[in-house]
Amino acid sequence: MKRTILTSLLAIMAVMLVNAGLKPGDDATSFTLKNVDGKSVSLSDYKDQKGVILVFTCNPCPFAKAYEQRIIKLHNTYVDKGFPVVAINPNDAEMSPDDTMEEMKARADDKDYPFVYLKDESQEVYKSYGATKTPHIFLLQNKGDKFKVVYVGAIDDNAMEEASVTTRYVEKAIAALGSGSKPNPSTTRAIGCTIKTKT
Amino acid sequence: MRYKILALLCSALLFSQVRGQSIKQIGSDELEALSSLDNDTTYVVNFWATWCSPCVKEIGYFEELHRNPPAEDLKVILVSLDFPNTIERRVIPFLQEKEITAAVYLMTDLDYNSWIERIDPDWSGAIPATLMYNGRNRLFLEKELSRDELFKHVKQMMN
Repeated sequence: MKRTILTSLLAIMAVMLVNAGLKPGDDATSFTLKNVDGKSVSLSDYKDQKGVILVFTCNPCPFAKAYEQRIIKLHNTYVDKGFPVVAINPNDAEMSPDDTMEEMKARADDKDYPFVYLKDESQEVYKSYGATKTPHIFLLQNKGDKFKVVYVGAIDDNAMEEASVTTRYVEKAIAALGSGSKPNPSTTRAIGCTIKTKT
Repeated sequence: MRYKILALLCSALLFSQVRGQSIKQIGSDELEALSSLDNDTTYVVNFWATWCSPCVKEIGYFEELHRNPPAEDLKVILVSLDFPNTIERRVIPFLQEKEITAAVYLMTDLDYNSWIERIDPDWSGAIPATLMYNGRNRLFLEKELSRDELFKHVKQMMN
């Protein structure tokens, strides 16, 4: 009996470890983070939107750079359709000197970011979502009283060349929501830069 | 004179053979095969890229492991995830500068979602990542390794 309890406890702990992070179907974690304009931005500020394209990204990662224009385009295409981009930089500024708030401001100005670019100063938000790399997308759908995660993964299937893309995962997911169905695929995997955490 | 030129040409050719790292470009089926070879060898497969600073930091440890393996039946495989259009411009100069002699492959299939899970179900796609395996054990680590960690894991794997 004791052994059974121990075994089930271990099994539960194992499941908890594996399940670290949010998956499609989970409730989105709320957050309040500082934007490059100095103002605080919360997920609840978007309660009148249909959803949010949450993008964990950063300044120096080549994959983040490869996707930068595509993220801007996503925002410009979908902001009027109720899905603005919210970009969060999860990197620790000491570990990654290109990701200080000053550098983020410079990047946002230089590239005319039409979306907010928030700093995950305490690094708790990316951990709660289970982001592992940049760029890493979490598409959130507004369910009235809360936001739900509906898609996790990549923007599309070719980081090197936009011209060679065959499937635009995020656009496909938003289209699915529009027709009342669930995104398929609802998760994708892609190569990216590890998130730089304070050691 | 003609011989001199020929000799010069030959030595130049030899030199570039020694200096020039050869990179084998592979697709997802070849990569999956490299990740699941079934023989007496222990394989250490490191996924890296020239743009990935923690990868660059640890790549010397993998080269050291390749040059001084704790046992004969160990093979180090470096799989570059640099974009294929940067081989000449970035990857080869990097390997020359770091004097890498371990086997280097470059993944040409950019549809990452179609193959990452086939290498390891726990891999989110972040690099550095390292797969170690042999007939008895298999270990996948999605993180940067210190020299001590790498050698410790390899030792455990071979025991």
